[in-house]
This record gives sequence, C-alpha cells and structure tokens, in this order.
Amino acid sequence: MTYALEIQGLTKTYGSGFEALKGIDLNVAKGDFFALLGPNGAGKSTTLGIVSSLVNKSSGKVRVFGHDIDTDLSAAKLNLGVVPQEFNFNQFEKVFDIVTTQAGYYGIPLRRARESAEKYLRKLGLWDKRDTPARMLSGGMKRRLMIARALVHEPGLLILDEPTAGVDIELRRSMWAFLEEMNRQGTTIILTTHYLEEAEALCRNIAIIDHGRILRHTSKRDLLQQLHLETFVLDISEPLASAPELEGFSTRLSGDGELEVDVEKSQSLNEVFVQLEAKGIRVLSMRTKANRLEELFIRMVAENSEQASEEGSTQKGEARQ
Amino acid sequence: MTASAIWTAYLTIVIREVRRFTRIWAQTLLPPAMTMTLYFIIFGNLIGSRIGEMGGFDYMSYIVPGLIMMSVITNSYANVVSSFFSMKFQRSIEELLVSPVPNWVILAGYVSGGMVRGLGTGVIVTLVSLAFTSLQIHHLGVMVVTLLLTSALFALGGFINAMLATKFDDISIVPTFVLTPLTYLGGVFYSIQLLPEFWQGVSMVNPILYMVNAFRYGILGVSDVNVGVALSMVTMFIVLLAVVALTMLKRGKGIRH
Repeated sequence: MTYALEIQGLTKTYGSGFEALKGIDLNVAKGDFFALLGPNGAGKSTTLGIVSSLVNKSSGKVRVFGHDIDTDLSAAKLNLGVVPQEFNFNQFEKVFDIVTTQAGYYGIPLRRARESAEKYLRKLGLWDKRDTPARMLSGGMKRRLMIARALVHEPGLLILDEPTAGVDIELRRSMWAFLEEMNRQGTTIILTTHYLEEAEALCRNIAIIDHGRILRHTSKRDLLQQLHLETFVLDISEPLASAPELEGFSTRLSGDGELEVDVEKSQSLNEVFVQLEAKGIRVLSMRTKANRLEELFIRMVAENSEQASEEGSTQKGEARQ
Repeated sequence: MTASAIWTAYLTIVIREVRRFTRIWAQTLLPPAMTMTLYFIIFGNLIGSRIGEMGGFDYMSYIVPGLIMMSVITNSYANVVSSFFSMKFQRSIEELLVSPVPNWVILAGYVSGGMVRGLGTGVIVTLVSLAFTSLQIHHLGVMVVTLLLTSALFALGGFINAMLATKFDDISIVPTFVLTPLTYLGGVFYSIQLLPEFWQGVSMVNPILYMVNAFRYGILGVSDVNVGVALSMVTMFIVLLAVVALTMLKRGKGIRH
C-alpha cells in the first residue's frame, strides 16, 4: 500500500538539548483526512516541520507518497503543500503575486501559474483581493491566502498546522467545507488543531501526540468508542432546588440551574426520561456537555503527563543512587 | 525538477527580486544617483578643478570609474543582504524552503537579483557622469567582465551576511565598517602611487583596489595593478564564497531549526 505519508522512528533533539520527538511512527493513507492532536509543545509542529523540510530531523525516515526526503527530496516536495501556523508571506506583496510566485518555485510556467492562482483564489473567495497587498487582508483572508498558496501546484498531500486558529465560526465552517471538498477530490489532508470539534467533524483517522510520543494512532470511530461515559445537559421547565435522584445515573445541578446526567455506554437514554417523567420533571432541550473527542483527549494527555512525571521521578531516584 | 522547471524557478526568484527593488525605487535606485551627483559636483568639479591631472587624466574623468564601481559594489551587496534577511525575518523564506527549488538555484537567483540592481545603479551613475564628463571606453571586454564579476562577488557576500544575520543591526555592520572604508581606500579618488611606499603595500591587500583599477583600465586604460591578476583574484573569491554559501544553505544555517 502506498501511503501519502510514512514516518518511521522519527526523532528530533534541538541544539538546546530539548528532545521534541522521541521516535515517532505514523502512517497516513492516501486520500485520508487525518488529525494530529496534542497539547502545546507536544511535537506536532516539529513533526510537520520535518515533513515539510523546515526542521532538520535527528534520525528516522520520512516518505511522502513513497519518496524518501533523504534521497528524493525534490519529488517529495512536489507532492506536498504546507499551510503553516504563522503567517509567512511577504506582507508587502500583492495577493496574486504571492500565489503565482509560489507556483514559479515549483517550476510551473507563468501562464499556468496564473490560471491555477485564479482557480484557488476564486475558490477561497480572494479573487476580488488579488491586487491587494497581503498586509491589508483580515486574519481570515490571510489564512485563506496561505491555503491558496499551498494548493497552487496541486499537491497530493496538504498539511495544515492550526488552519482555523483565530478564525470566526462562519469562516471556519466555510473552510471546513472547502477542505472536505478538496479531500473528496482526492487530496490527502493532515491537520493539527486545537479545536477538537474540528477534528471530530472532519477527520477519519487521528493520532494523539504528547511529550514527543504518539499516544494513540487509530480511527476516530475506534477512539470515540472508548468513551464509556457521556454527560448530557438538560434544560428543564421548572427550577429545581436539588438534583433529583435517578436510579443508575449520577446527577447534579450546574451553576446555571441545568441538570447534568452521566450516561454510560451500556445505559439507555430513554431510562433517564422515563424516570424524569415519573418525577414530573419536563425537559425542554438537551445537549452533550463537552465535545466527546475533547473529553477523551484530555483524559489521555492527563494520563500520559502523570506517567511522564512518574518516569521522571524514577529516573531522578535512580540517578541519585 | 526538470531543466525547464529549474529555469522557471530561477526566473521567478530573479523577477521577484527585481520587482522588490523597483517597487521601492526611492530607497534603492534614487539614492545612488543623488549621492553620485554630489560626488561629481563636489569632488569632480569644485575640488577636482584645483587638483589637476591624475594618472594622465583630468580628475573628473579619473574618479568616474571608481564611483561607478562603488555604486555597483554597495548596491549588489545591499540588495541581497536586505532582501534575504527580510525574508528570514518575515519567515517568507519558508515559501522557498518547502518548494523543490535546489539550493544552487536559490543562490543563483538571489545573486542574479543583486547583480541586476548593482549593474542597474552602475548604468544610472554612468548616465549621471555623462552630464559632467565625456566617457571613452578603452577595453569593453575588461570593463564588462570586471562589472559582472564584481557585482557577483558582492552579491554573494551579501547573501552570506544575510544567512548569518540574526537581527537588523547585523546587516548594516559589514557595509558600514568594512565595505565603505575599503571602497574609499580602494583607489576610487586617488592613485595609490601618490601614497608613501608603506601605504602602497598596505593598499595592495585591499581587494576592492583590484576591482576599481581593473574597471578603470577598461575605461581609461590606466591601472595601479595587473588587470589579469585582479580578475583572477575576483574569480577565485567568487568560487570560495559560492562554496561557503552553498554549504550554509545545505546545513540550513539560520533558516532551518
């Protein structure tokens, strides 16, 4: 099977001695929509930086559509489009020039470069701004400009590092729709994001990274099935003095007077409503308390942090001996 | 990348560089014209008329080649050092680093961009000089080769400076404290034969003296140094600096973590 991205035993130790990656293995299938999740400093940007040649690796193998970045870097780069976290274009250049210049770096002749730039600037709603210097764009427009620039050579693999950071909800939704369309058309997409709702809505496979190690690398469905408990928030018609006791369920009142009920995977939500009905409590509306993936993510990272601190204490103890 | 794709990438870098310095022409093309006009008026006309001849030519004619060369040197260097460092500072260098452009094409593109500005300002200064004196060309080949080699050498120097620089101060230190003194002491305004023997010997270790004199030979036919030796030295330094710059690019010095 040809993977869009294969990473084997990837390590990175910075000059300061900080070990950002401690042997990462990761495969992303062709056509996948993949999320790399992790807290700040987990190693996400370092991983993507190595794949896109912005960071030198310490050891390990990276292949993009089978092209090894050590031996066939040019072919690997031709298949790769990168949207970084920070704005990294010349703020004084015009939008159209930024995109056509990038196409030129990939060896695309000017006429084709212009056609491709127009295509993606139109798709991303920036065509009207083509003669505007980049510094005059809003934050959301700048993000879309970076996406257009990354796509101008039509790469098979698109990497986006926090693509919707600081973007309003409406624009975020339109960017999701655009990325989903790109994925449907065959572009493999890897994204890192802090909005776990984004990963849950868009991605089919997920890896969770923390302290330079991959904690989980699986499908979103498998990951979510690990959640045994989900909390529902019920908006009720009459205010309650205290949380009602429901047999088999844990309940409490939130600060807003809403009723929170924990429901295990094996339990039926109908049972909650039957018991509430019997107590004369009417439910007006209902929602889940938190993003499901977020719950799982927080739990996994917390467990890993505890483990990492335990390992650290053990190592210090051993060192003292 | 195919040969035609590499050519397209090279042209893209050069065109981007030319577009940059022409967009800010008031900062890049106008100042040399202004400064050199003042040099011609003050040193050439006002003071030069009292100095008399130098090297067998009136003083104005004698300093024209040196002033043209001075503008070529400073502008070739300044273009690359400021453009490449700005790209590093704004992180737009990443646009190039993620692309498949080979390192030697990146270097060739930036050096060519610096040469275009250096030679462009050389032409501007030459045109300005025509308002003050007539210009004869003694040896066109030597003149053109000297111009090309000198602009390439200082564009390479600017590139290395930009790779090493970590703040804006770092890109002004070399032009201010190295290039300017060497240029002024490099025989732009005088023949080193006017100096005592000791200072003639000291002047001979100044590389800019060789370039100014080779260029002066191309225009006037007089030189304080052997033109063949001068051009060979410049070529040798170009090769040396190109190897240093390519090694730095390969290691990602200052541009990759």
